[in-house]
Amino acid sequence: MVEIEIDGKTLQVADGSTIIEAAHQLGVYIPHFCYHKKLSIAANCRMCLVQVEKAPKPMPACATPVTNGMKVFTHSELAVKAQKAVMEFLLINHPLDCPICDQGGECQLQDLAVGYGESASKYEEEKRVVPDKNLGPLVSTDMTRCINCTRCIRFTAEIAGFMELGQAFRGEHAEVMPFIGKTVDTELSGNLIDLCPVGALTSKPFRFSARTWELSRRKSVSPHDGLGSNLIVQTKHDRVIRVLPLENEDINECWLTDKERFSYQGLNSAERLTRPMVKQGGAWKEVDWNVALDYASHALRDVAKTHGGGAIGGLLSPHSTLEELYLAQKLLRGLGSENIDCRLRQSDFSADGKRKGTPWLGMKIADVSRLDRVLLVGSFLRKDQPLLAQRLRQSAKRGAQISVLHSADDDLLIKLTARAIASPSQLPAVLAQIVKAVCALKGVTADPALAGLTVSAEAQAIAQSLASGGTSGILLGNFAQQHAQAATLHSLGRQLASALGGGFGFLGEAANSVGGYVAKAVPTGAGLNAAAMIQSPRQAYVVLGAEPELDCADGAKALESLSKAAAVVVLTPFKSQTMLDYAAVLLPVSPFSETSGTFVNTEGRVQSFYAAAKPLGETRPAWKVLRVLGNLLGVTGFDFNSSEEVRTEALGGQPEFVSGLDNAIDSGALNLTASATGFERVADVPIHFADPLVRRAPALQQARDSAAPAARMNASMLAKLGLVEGGSVRVGGAAAVTLAAQLDTALPDGVVRVAAAHSATVALGAMAGVVSVEKA
Amino acid sequence: MALIDTINPLLTTGWSKGDAGWSLKDYEARGGYAQLKRILASKMPQDDLIAEVKKSSLRGRGGAGFPTGLKWSFMPKAAPEKYVVCNTDEGEPGTFKDRDLLRFDPHSTIEGMIIAGYAVGAKRGYNYIHGEIFDIYQRFEEALDQARAAGYLGDNILGSGFSFDLFAHHGWGAYICGEETGLLESIEGKKGQPRYKPPFPANFGLYGKPTTINNTETFAAIPFILGMGGEAYLNLGKPNNGGTKLFSVSGHVNRPGNYEVPMGTPFAKLLEMAGGMRGGRKLKAVIPGGSSAPVLPADIIMDCTMDYDSIAKAGSMLGSGAVIVMDETVCMVKALERLAYFYFEESCGQCTPCREGSGWLYRVVHRIEHGEGRADDLDLLNRVTDNMMGKTICALADAAAFPVRSFIKHFQSEFEYHIEHKKCLVDPAVQRAGSGFFKAGAA
Repeated sequence: MVEIEIDGKTLQVADGSTIIEAAHQLGVYIPHFCYHKKLSIAANCRMCLVQVEKAPKPMPACATPVTNGMKVFTHSELAVKAQKAVMEFLLINHPLDCPICDQGGECQLQDLAVGYGESASKYEEEKRVVPDKNLGPLVSTDMTRCINCTRCIRFTAEIAGFMELGQAFRGEHAEVMPFIGKTVDTELSGNLIDLCPVGALTSKPFRFSARTWELSRRKSVSPHDGLGSNLIVQTKHDRVIRVLPLENEDINECWLTDKERFSYQGLNSAERLTRPMVKQGGAWKEVDWNVALDYASHALRDVAKTHGGGAIGGLLSPHSTLEELYLAQKLLRGLGSENIDCRLRQSDFSADGKRKGTPWLGMKIADVSRLDRVLLVGSFLRKDQPLLAQRLRQSAKRGAQISVLHSADDDLLIKLTARAIASPSQLPAVLAQIVKAVCALKGVTADPALAGLTVSAEAQAIAQSLASGGTSGILLGNFAQQHAQAATLHSLGRQLASALGGGFGFLGEAANSVGGYVAKAVPTGAGLNAAAMIQSPRQAYVVLGAEPELDCADGAKALESLSKAAAVVVLTPFKSQTMLDYAAVLLPVSPFSETSGTFVNTEGRVQSFYAAAKPLGETRPAWKVLRVLGNLLGVTGFDFNSSEEVRTEALGGQPEFVSGLDNAIDSGALNLTASATGFERVADVPIHFADPLVRRAPALQQARDSAAPAARMNASMLAKLGLVEGGSVRVGGAAAVTLAAQLDTALPDGVVRVAAAHSATVALGAMAGVVSVEKA
Repeated sequence: MALIDTINPLLTTGWSKGDAGWSLKDYEARGGYAQLKRILASKMPQDDLIAEVKKSSLRGRGGAGFPTGLKWSFMPKAAPEKYVVCNTDEGEPGTFKDRDLLRFDPHSTIEGMIIAGYAVGAKRGYNYIHGEIFDIYQRFEEALDQARAAGYLGDNILGSGFSFDLFAHHGWGAYICGEETGLLESIEGKKGQPRYKPPFPANFGLYGKPTTINNTETFAAIPFILGMGGEAYLNLGKPNNGGTKLFSVSGHVNRPGNYEVPMGTPFAKLLEMAGGMRGGRKLKAVIPGGSSAPVLPADIIMDCTMDYDSIAKAGSMLGSGAVIVMDETVCMVKALERLAYFYFEESCGQCTPCREGSGWLYRVVHRIEHGEGRADDLDLLNRVTDNMMGKTICALADAAAFPVRSFIKHFQSEFEYHIEHKKCLVDPAVQRAGSGFFKAGAA
């Protein structure tokens, strides 16, 4: 610690702090533009010049380290003169078009100009004009307003991991631009809008739609991936028209993924279901709530009476709130059904009954940043949990060793230490090799089932990195959890972590992947899991917030079973043609923005939120709809007056973190035999197709990440089939689909990568397994 | 044009044969690489070597005049990876001494760099040569090949166990790449923009490793200093201003060119060596240290001696040693317009005051020159330069400001005349007559 004095006040600050950090600690504001606490120091805007005793020139507070006994004057004549000088320079070429600028009212330049600018300028020459750039469908540019602070450039290079923006040309001609002919395609691009201190980079979807002071704002929680990023949801006339990050250092820091930021457009989609509908004699009718609820309750009661409660299946979206999941399972159990599941994309449920508790991240999200050795197993991390990828990217920079075991060597934009890429059927065997190698390195007795394995060089390299010290973490991604041998991967991962004495966890796929277990939205005893209730068709289904053809592991089979059912009751914010085909009743329920509720994120943190807007049309919060259904069906214990009461019952109180989190498993005998002949399918869930809300966000659907699915293979597989890139290829699963062939050098042999969760590939059926591939 | 005319040729000894005397055998014949051999054979302690350089009072010849020995002593001893970098970007208008050093005697720079590598414990060096002198860059590459073939570069030099290799790197003509950290960025393949200091290159230089970066002339002087001894070198010049210095004399003199003279030589002597004023005209002003140094009027410069301290006392800088001589036919407004345009074009655009201010300065000077000046323009120029100076990462903003302030300070009446009468004080016909592009009297 060193002692310094700022504006006459003394304070102790850590060695190596900068003046601006010290001032912040003291609550003294120093004007700045280029400085950002999460980015490297550029010291180029010069707005933060302050006077330092004994220094002949004003010093940039952002870049000047404190020294013991330093005396800083932030408001002295010298400092203020320098700051005003810089402000004058910043404004001479700025267009001052605040009245037509989206940044107006929330502009750092505008704000600071009030304090440091003059009312008139002596600059009477022609001002600079800079051509606008096309950065893609999300970020709009007005480059003439740019003050060249380079925050955006540093963000792409340092946080998003790839320098998609740069500054071309010199001096007054300097321009921030992407590579020629390219757009900014990072899944984190929206943060550029927040970072830009002026109106050069603004939101394209939000453009010209409101002034900041016209907006109402509510804190909320992201309904997408398992992190539960904190949001500020902004509304005008009860329509959500903007979403911004709410800073939470423990979760999303100050960032948001584009999915979280722009999915709100789906809330205003034309596909929103706004009135209850029932199908009568094959025709759909919009009806009043009481009619629809009556219809739904009768249908479910009839099936339960005639065929028993077990004839009803509940497919619940893991993006639903804790309260919704809790009430849905309580309703179904009240009807005598144990067929309840929210793990829709899972295909191997053999861990059920062997698990010691709720599977979770195994550590705090913030702790992921502190791991020194990490193995990611089966994860499209950059697209599935982009902000965790961001954390690991920073870890790798500080020296953490990150390794990957996966079926696709996608560029995570993280410096990897070792990697093993194998076809899906080989993943358990390779993981077992890593376990064996680590046990050998650590002198731990390995599972006897591993005795016969030969450790490959890749597995050995990963093991050596993991065993080389520091705190370690083994993290199983979405792909590993959806894997046909997910339970084996689970057991092996646990063994690996215990041999290392490190952490082990699952990366939550959805906002309530952990919450689903807590809400008991999983089957017990003889109840059927999500896959089983699709494989053995039920007489009736209750679908909550999901589109099973896109959200289940085997969409084709799900659709088939739903179509055969006597009654499908769907609680949904959206309607689709497919839904109209299989459903009997459509009940319009609120998306996350129009209901109070709770998400339990992947680290087990309970995050509740209120509605940000009034329900659209006759939409009602799902917890209220379920409560009334419970009453109508005579299920006991359905006398809730608020979502908070539901939450208290579900959680047994109001904890900050849920209890019962435990990744332990009775592994039993490991099955490492892999049998796969022909092409194995690697199915990723594209980032902008992962849930019904984001699928309906138009701007995101134009992003590069939303390209139509292709049949992706490596060069030797393409050659083997006589295919050229762009040529037609017929992929056959449950049924055949014809797709464009695409070269993907990140894939191993014997693998075809076809994205799931997309209407073009639903017919293929199961996400995991063998498919036929031939030239079409 | 006379390229060579010296009092005590030292660095320029090898220039006498022009383009025929640059190669390794010529250099060796002049006693080249003897110092390297001596150091390696005697396993001279690094500290002794640096002490010898300190004794010579050699100051950086690139412009800032920082004591070279002191700079070398800043290099951390323990660091495993270090670099030596030579700055031959020589972008300062009026400077062309490094070009000729590499053209006529590249091996003195190479030997100096190897010795520097030995002194600071670096195993790799780079010479950054600006892109406009591509043939010089090619010659330097050739010289490197010769040195490598002779065993002066590479692993285990002359069986001494010391290894050092040296590479040439050519730039593309950006002035800012002559700023040492901008140069390092450029070698790394990035946009040439200066870094904020601290950390200084001695701690965080090329690729983030400790780096010593010196000017070509500085490195070229090293073998000579070690040959004659630090003390003797110092005594060539005057205290605190050791040795000889190359001056690139340009402008309205009869024999523009490079002149090596001892530090402390009177300006009048230098002018005389350069053949005196062209056409016998009257000296009006001199920029003594490259375009960013403040201009000095004739009466002041004629009393100066050419060394760091004397020129600084007169209110300017010795800088890179580019002496730009202007006679009475020069319109100072027009001359300043040209200089202001240069800095406007060459500002890297990183720091706000320089990016925005350099263009502002140019535009105001431009309008004065073109008869659109306003009464308060000189106050405006002084205010804008005041707002630029000392507020940026590197010294380019100061470099843009110094000419403006000094031209106005010393030639205020000329500027005022321009604003008031909307034309030059110096008759355009006289200006044309003074220009090298027109035959005298043709106007």
